[in-house]
Amino acid sequence: MADASNVDAFVEFERVQKSYDGENLVVKDLNLTMPKGEFLTMLGPSGSGKTTCLMMLAGFETATHGDIRLGGTSINNIPPHKRGIGMVFQNYALFPHMTIAENLSFPLEVRKMGKSEREAKVKRALDMVEMGAFGGRRPSQLSGGQQQRVALARALVFEPELVLMDEPLGALDKQLREKMQFEITHLAHSLGITVVYVTHDQTEALTMSDRVAVFDDGRIQQIAPPDQLYESPDNSFVAQFIGENNTLEGTVKEINNGIALVQLDDGELIDCKPVNVSRPGERTRVSIRPERVEYNKERLQEGVHTLKAEVLEFIYMGDIFRTRLRVAGNDEFIIKTRNAPDQVRLQPGQQIEIGWLPEDCRALDA
Amino acid sequence: MKLSKLSALAVTTALCAPSAFAEEMANELTLVSWGGAYQASQQKAYVEPYLAANPGVKVIWDESSAEAVAKIRAMNEAGNVTWDLVDAVASDSMRLCDEGLAEEINHDEDLAAAPDGSSASEDFGDLIVSDCFVPQIVYSTTFGYRTDLIDKPETVCAIFDTEKYPGKRSLQKRPIDNMEWSLYCDGVAKDEIYDVLGTDEGVERALAKLDTIKDQVVWWTAGAETPQLLADGEVVMGSTFNGRLFSAIAEQGQPIGMLWDMQSFDLDGWVVPAGLPADRKARVMDFLKFATDTQRLADQAAYISYGPARASSAPLVGKHAELGIDMAPHMPTDPANAGNVHVYDYEWWADNRDDLNGKFQAWLAK
Amino acid sequence: MSDITQSGPVLAADGRPLKRSLARALRMQKLRALLLIAPLLLFILVTFILPVADMLFRSVENRIVQDTLPRTVEVLADWDPASGQLPEEAAFAALAADLKEAANVKTHTKVAKRLNYENPGLSSVFRKSGRKVKNWDIANDGPFREKLIELNDGWGDVELWRTIKTYSGTFTSGYFLNAVDMRLGAEGPEVRPENERIYNTMLIRTMRMSLIITFSCIMLGYPVAWILANLPTRQANLLMILVLLPFWTSLLVRTSAWKILLQQQGVINDTLVWIGLVDDANRLVLINNELGTIIAMTHILLPFMILPMYSVMQTINPSYLRAAKSLGATDWTAFWRVYFPQTVPGIGAGSILVFILAVGYYITPALVGGTKGTFISNLIAYHISTSGNWGLGAALGAILLAVVLALYWVYDKIVGIDNVKLG
Repeated sequence: MADASNVDAFVEFERVQKSYDGENLVVKDLNLTMPKGEFLTMLGPSGSGKTTCLMMLAGFETATHGDIRLGGTSINNIPPHKRGIGMVFQNYALFPHMTIAENLSFPLEVRKMGKSEREAKVKRALDMVEMGAFGGRRPSQLSGGQQQRVALARALVFEPELVLMDEPLGALDKQLREKMQFEITHLAHSLGITVVYVTHDQTEALTMSDRVAVFDDGRIQQIAPPDQLYESPDNSFVAQFIGENNTLEGTVKEINNGIALVQLDDGELIDCKPVNVSRPGERTRVSIRPERVEYNKERLQEGVHTLKAEVLEFIYMGDIFRTRLRVAGNDEFIIKTRNAPDQVRLQPGQQIEIGWLPEDCRALDA
Repeated sequence: MKLSKLSALAVTTALCAPSAFAEEMANELTLVSWGGAYQASQQKAYVEPYLAANPGVKVIWDESSAEAVAKIRAMNEAGNVTWDLVDAVASDSMRLCDEGLAEEINHDEDLAAAPDGSSASEDFGDLIVSDCFVPQIVYSTTFGYRTDLIDKPETVCAIFDTEKYPGKRSLQKRPIDNMEWSLYCDGVAKDEIYDVLGTDEGVERALAKLDTIKDQVVWWTAGAETPQLLADGEVVMGSTFNGRLFSAIAEQGQPIGMLWDMQSFDLDGWVVPAGLPADRKARVMDFLKFATDTQRLADQAAYISYGPARASSAPLVGKHAELGIDMAPHMPTDPANAGNVHVYDYEWWADNRDDLNGKFQAWLAK
Repeated sequence: MSDITQSGPVLAADGRPLKRSLARALRMQKLRALLLIAPLLLFILVTFILPVADMLFRSVENRIVQDTLPRTVEVLADWDPASGQLPEEAAFAALAADLKEAANVKTHTKVAKRLNYENPGLSSVFRKSGRKVKNWDIANDGPFREKLIELNDGWGDVELWRTIKTYSGTFTSGYFLNAVDMRLGAEGPEVRPENERIYNTMLIRTMRMSLIITFSCIMLGYPVAWILANLPTRQANLLMILVLLPFWTSLLVRTSAWKILLQQQGVINDTLVWIGLVDDANRLVLINNELGTIIAMTHILLPFMILPMYSVMQTINPSYLRAAKSLGATDWTAFWRVYFPQTVPGIGAGSILVFILAVGYYITPALVGGTKGTFISNLIAYHISTSGNWGLGAALGAILLAVVLALYWVYDKIVGIDNVKLG
């Protein structure tokens, strides 16, 4: 603990780099600090470096440069089996030649635990994931969801403080996935374990995590709690990647009192919150969430800039309406409105005016 | 006009008359031999001149003489004999004849007489060991030794003297000859060998003598093996056919010496399989008469150091076709080489071969 | 709903019972499948099954004695060999008649050969007598008892007559008894004399050496298969070519190469002597013995072990090893408890392949095995192509087949044949 820079830090990446071929960096200058008990998700498209980070933490890959610390101790030179980290794999990696109980017993056996203690722990772990009745079966006799639970139980049975999960729900259908998302977070919080979770599914990341680290191009683009990530993306990649997003391109005219005046490429002017822009003349990409766009004139605030729009398509989705507009030359401008009794259903071809609050419109990097 | 046409017809008929007989002969001839230098000598001495005299005839070689008995038996059972003339050792020809698998030959009628007018059976003499056999050559199984040996072996019993001649020896993997040599070297008089070998005690005695060198023996099945083993220095002495030794010594210049003591005389000749259709048989008999005449047998000796089977051929034996050395001194029939020879008793072996083979194989496997 | 609850057979749309419609549809399918495989089936039947069946039939077939010596067999039916007395004159007369007839068509040598298998020495009695009896006048030259015994005292031996009688049936157990070093004696099956026993020794040796070869293939092939399965595709393909190289070389060339390498004046011995590991006077004997056969056959059969192991290893996800390590297993434990058990089906498949191929090999053992390193297949080849005792060769082949099937069965019981994967 002596060299720990942060007393709260449980997992730390410090200036970590990774290259496989000596030419390209897959992970570029990664810095990350996690407190104990946190559920952190690494989110990003494939090839963004998130899985590599997880594998370096687990010990299956070595960092080309930098330091990885666990509980304040550098684990760079500790082999995987001595790290005491639980791991759930994408394909579950349940040993096919062993029964479920043998699978769970395996980590306890290699720790030279006595038989009775082992059996008690295996039973408790299986009960925890509601798989108590399946101990004698083989993995191939279980459904995908059941295998997932067993994999989880196996990663937890030896009571690790840190559990890594590599896209564990990727192979499940939507309903089961949502159920498991809830169960995993619930279990993690009740056991007080620290979890690093890797996924490319942003819904999963938002619903499960305490914090989400968005990876792209070998770097963390933003690390923040889900609401902050969604509502205040730091850059246009995050804005694009998390949730649905409308973008308009333009140039900053002036910045006054924390409001940036942006001239869109078709000449119209809008008010935005400057995030990644600092001076007039800069190119910017403006991001507006579909549900923050207002077209009901009565509800539009006094004095905000409005834009002309033409309705291209109206999609009824049950709980919401999804309307596609042409705005400032952009045919893919989406607005979402709640299906409420007083809500107007827009007709294709209809000409409307749309507007939003300046703080919902973020001027990001071009 | 009419007359000339007629006369032309007459001339044609007259010209064709000698070959009218030939029209009943098949134009294809399948000869079976041993391959290698021996078959090449047959090709040069018999086949090429025959083809020159009989254009339109096609000769096909099959190098299967080593399995002649088994294959002819199989063909005979299947009722489809594809071979026309088979080169076989005397003992094989006797077995084939005994079992009715080979055609009986009337030597005086079917074969050419000697130039001095004496009949074929007089010319071949004792060498006609079976009614089905037309002898071609006399060969002997004798010993070659490394010339870098300090003491040069002078008698056949050197093979049993491992103290004076340390190192491995190669012997043919069969009881014939080996049993006789071992009894001879165990003190049995030459003319009593077969009497002794006819008893169980005699067989035991011969095998016991062979036992003394069993660990030092490399057993061969193909005639080319001993010259190779001698050339490589793998064995210090070994038995093989004298023609093979001649070619290793004279043609390849290997450091090998030849021992002419107790060499076993054997014969090789033609056998006509039983059951050939008339046209093919006619062709075979025509070829056979040509190929076994006095000149042809003498010619063969220019290519290989085996003695011609006709007495009348001996004076015609000339020089080696390529090396230009006199062939007579290299023939097993040369008086200088035939000082102490072992006369191999065909009849005795024909009667006892199955029995001794079984015991010999059992002894080998121990 | 009413369709389901109705009583009686379920009907198809056209009113026929559904079961019958289904059977008809399936029958068409089966017929078509059968037609598709018919050419191959026919080919295998004609080129493989029938010849093998014919060969196996020879191991028990024994018509030759009654066909060649019909009169003798009939007369001897009333004779009791246990009496120790020679049969009556009638038997000798019948034999003389049979022998004369047989000698004229040269079949007496065949029956002599057949009977000689059971009673060595009998062949020469028949052959020698045949030459003389050919010229006898059966109607007037009798009585034959003294005449035959005078001709060859073998005819005065009760054992000879007993052999003819014992082996006069249409079928015989003689070849199979011979194949296990036994014969039918006066009191039923008995062990052959010591100097004629060979087949049991050879069978045991064949099994033992095939097991050693299989084991060596596992030990040498496993790491190679592992590397193959874990290398990037490009390098794996290159290595695969090296593994398959022996397949593309003629068997004789490969075996001859081993000769050059292994003989006492060969490359390996020369190198060892040159390094000084081996004294020039005591060069290692690496060929013409068991070791030579084991080395050469392990080399030749190695690909048959590597390929099934490789294809099984390829399907094992590397995450199993990672999972094991993340659960706290050392490299060795992860391999032994998690990876190795999953490769057992590949080892099983490779072992069965290699073992069965090894048991039947005869060319390589004949070339590099000397006398101690030859297999029972060499004796089968010897009887088929040299000695001409096809019945014994067939019996040995049948026993070998039975042993292999028995081992297969044992393997199925222990490991389970559905646990065998070729890929």
